[in-house]
Amino acid sequence: MSTVLRIEDLTRVHGQGESEVHALRGVSLSVDSGELVAVMGPSGSGKSTLLTIAGGLDSPTGGTVTIEGVELGGLSRALLARLRRRSVGYVFQDFNLIPALTAAENVALPRELDGDSARASRRLAMHALDEVGIGELADRFPDDMSGGQQQRVAIARAVVGDRRLILADEPTGALDTDTGEQVLRLLRARCDAGSAGVLVTHEARHAAWADRVIFLRDGLVIDETGPPAAVDSLLGASTTR
Amino acid sequence: MSVRQGLLALLEQGPMYGYQLRAEFESRTGATWPLNVGQVYTTVARLERDGLVAAAGQDDEGHVVYRITDNGRAEVESWFATPVSRSTPPRDELAIKLAMAVALPGVDVRAVVQGQRTATIRALQEYTRLKADTADPTDGDLAWLLVLESLIFTAEAEVRWLDYCEARLTRAAVAQRESAATDAPVSVPTNEGVRR
Repeated sequence: MSTVLRIEDLTRVHGQGESEVHALRGVSLSVDSGELVAVMGPSGSGKSTLLTIAGGLDSPTGGTVTIEGVELGGLSRALLARLRRRSVGYVFQDFNLIPALTAAENVALPRELDGDSARASRRLAMHALDEVGIGELADRFPDDMSGGQQQRVAIARAVVGDRRLILADEPTGALDTDTGEQVLRLLRARCDAGSAGVLVTHEARHAAWADRVIFLRDGLVIDETGPPAAVDSLLGASTTR
Repeated sequence: MSVRQGLLALLEQGPMYGYQLRAEFESRTGATWPLNVGQVYTTVARLERDGLVAAAGQDDEGHVVYRITDNGRAEVESWFATPVSRSTPPRDELAIKLAMAVALPGVDVRAVVQGQRTATIRALQEYTRLKADTADPTDGDLAWLLVLESLIFTAEAEVRWLDYCEARLTRAAVAQRESAATDAPVSVPTNEGVRR
């Protein structure tokens, strides 16, 4: 498994002087292809800051972010934007779909922005929508879809064109338990198929879909779950399952 | 208690012998609460003593088969009709441990909380893996899936409670620092609420 995301000794200070806030105080993390990592922590622990910096949407005060071998700090704005479009998919709590575009157009947009023809982009978009199970809704507008369906479109957009890093910030926030679980199953399946995923969540139930759970507090990693526990020890005896 | 009622409910669906009862009980609950066969026979003997089941001869292989009686049926019906009692909360080692930790000087309560949180989430990860393997539940898996989900909800509730404890402890610590600083007020630096 290759390392898709490598973060080293990341620091981020917001503001200056009296109002200075140390959002991150030296966080290191690497995520391999095939791996889903969850980040948990209380409000103000730095988890969303970590995610925006990991995706090149914000710059660190110190430390480095490397995506598929390319260090973000050394890139021009244009190259950074291109790497974001090609390699990084985001899934947000509020979906962030463009209401004037259909599902397929929303998903195709990053490819078109990257210079693909409309036709090639649409083909990739249809493929991504099929993969998340809503190919038949391709020509619907976001307002005509349920929350769960919209989040599927957002996930399709996040993975379109074989992006290998998926960053999800509370992707199940507004969804009910069942729909939220379907979103997690999808993220899990994408990672099993070779993507690398980082999931920020405050819900233990959803974090539990990850291979590793990392705990942030006050801008530092304070703990993480180790290798999987033996099933037998949890269920009291040997099981046939 | 629940084993007794559980076995009785199984017998309502038809006569069975001891090993069968054990196998059925375990398959429906995913072997979450394993039974030994001695326990099954002891329980069935008590049910028989209480007139809720009766021996119904032997099958071809010589197993003693039990069937439910009318009184037994009434008992099952009343079991399903009555909510499980919550009158005395079961003793919870974790709650007791935290209650002790808060009062004892020298115990790092936040470390206790975090240690438990990590352990509980690891358990949740395992339950979730089991659930992921049961993606498309057939009827036989449904009972097991419900039991699994009960374990998941319980673990989830524990983590939420630990989050709550940690938030309360943080608030209490800040309040303490602030009251200690009232003579010479200084600003208490905190990240809380500034950024998610």
